[in-house]
Amino acid sequence: MSEPLLEVFGLSRSFGGIAATSDVSLKIARGEIHAVIGPNGAGKTTLVALLAGELAADSGTIRFREDDITLDATPARARRGLARTFQVTSIFSEFSALENVALAAQAHTGHSFRFWKPAAEDAALRQGALEALQKVGLGDASERNAGEMSHGEHRLLEMAMALATNPVMLLLDEPAAGLGPEETTAMVGLLQELKQDKGVLLVEHDMDVVFAIADRITVMVSGKTIATGSPAEIRNDDRVRKAYLGEEG
Amino acid sequence: MSAWADKSGRYWIALAGVLILFLAPFAISYWDQPFYLDVLMRLMILAIAAISLNLILGYGGMISLGHSVYIGIGAYAVGIPAYYDEYNGILQLLLALGGCGVFALLTGAICLRTRGAYFIMITLAFAQMMYFTFVSIEEYGGDDGLVIYARSDFGGLLDLENNVVLYYVILGCLLLALLLVHRIVNSHFGMVIRGTKSNELRMQTVGFPTFRYQLSCYVISGMLCGLAGWLMGNFTGFISPEMMDWTRSGELIAMVILGGPGSLFGPAVGAAIFILMETILSEITVYWHLYLGLLLILVAKFSGKGFGALVGRIRGAR
Repeated sequence: MSEPLLEVFGLSRSFGGIAATSDVSLKIARGEIHAVIGPNGAGKTTLVALLAGELAADSGTIRFREDDITLDATPARARRGLARTFQVTSIFSEFSALENVALAAQAHTGHSFRFWKPAAEDAALRQGALEALQKVGLGDASERNAGEMSHGEHRLLEMAMALATNPVMLLLDEPAAGLGPEETTAMVGLLQELKQDKGVLLVEHDMDVVFAIADRITVMVSGKTIATGSPAEIRNDDRVRKAYLGEEG
Repeated sequence: MSAWADKSGRYWIALAGVLILFLAPFAISYWDQPFYLDVLMRLMILAIAAISLNLILGYGGMISLGHSVYIGIGAYAVGIPAYYDEYNGILQLLLALGGCGVFALLTGAICLRTRGAYFIMITLAFAQMMYFTFVSIEEYGGDDGLVIYARSDFGGLLDLENNVVLYYVILGCLLLALLLVHRIVNSHFGMVIRGTKSNELRMQTVGFPTFRYQLSCYVISGMLCGLAGWLMGNFTGFISPEMMDWTRSGELIAMVILGGPGSLFGPAVGAAIFILMETILSEITVYWHLYLGLLLILVAKFSGKGFGALVGRIRGAR
């Protein structure tokens, strides 16, 4: 395992006495897909929000590429190379697919206090956006209005937006949620390709997906991590079977 | 490119409108109806103000109910120097733009910490604070206002005392405002503003510090409206706090909604409808606001994208 990209120590956050995330620690390296699984309400989405900076942690530290980013705001974390997708699709529905991705890319090309030249004529931006769309398989849909695309296309568009920011690490909150079997297969292929040069934190409910592509798995229950290990270790862990996998048979 | 092709009808209407505005003074002097020159000047000034409001409201999703404060500040930037016999046009213009810029920067930095109804209320509150400040300054006439005896002086360059010259200066400012907003909303900056209106959290998660962009947009909008205020002070030759009362801000919002928020020419069309209704209907009835209200309801209920879209819908339904 190469040097860790993301290191989390003792991360906690409660909402009015309920510990959504409690003393979570994990490490994710470049080239690794680290899946976080757990039953509904285990605090997985809260964890992603804490890592992305949308929520402030009550305690704990987050280190990214050896810098402490615990107090960084969301945009600053994104510009460091930490990209995320949302469980519930979050896009710019008035814009075309290409504009969605180009806007994401624009956030990483210096400041945007450029008032005169049309952004649509920025060839470098368009090219990068188009490449990201092609990578997720939406190359032909670039001019379509994002609001009118299907659910599956929205999931892919979210991925393209994250990729366009040229991230070092991806935080993916259920990227395959609601996808059909073929779309899921395509998404799995995409994730395997992406992990070559990035770190990936994957929150996912689909156990087939998780066990197919995860290098390491962390299991969360009621805000706590109860186990971390390789897929084989997790599959054979008694606590995990009892708390989580057992429910699914 | 495609945007223009889709809206080519509107483009030609806009071009025709500009041509009519350009030629209007000749017709008006031919038929000797100077009253209509005044109507058109007021219409164009309010169009500039509505265009500036549209930049934050239509494109940026920042609904300000205090925008007419910038008309007031711009007008007082003519009136207060004039009170001290200072008529230098450059100075007055810089005061108007600078005053509005500083006011927008200071209040915007606070307003933009809030969202939704709170944003509306706090913009209203700041504008009303200015309103009552000027009401209470006896030196400058309090709520009776001030008469400006001479318009901004640009030496031999421009003689604003000549109504036709002032008319073309206003028309030039209107075209400048349209060009400026057109370039801004399509620029990198404009994409950030529109993206933030669409989905602010997403903007932050892809890496945009949205606050500084919104604040800059708020300042640009305030300064552009300050230009309208400077023109208004010169045009009316009279200023009073009533110019920045919140009902005036409400009228600006009505113009933007009538014309279609988030479209380039919409606010100018809205201002035209507003002024023409006021001019024509107020001859017939003092209750002309009733008809304005009915039209607003129709536009809001059936199109949400302004008068042009409403007409399009009616034509499409036939």
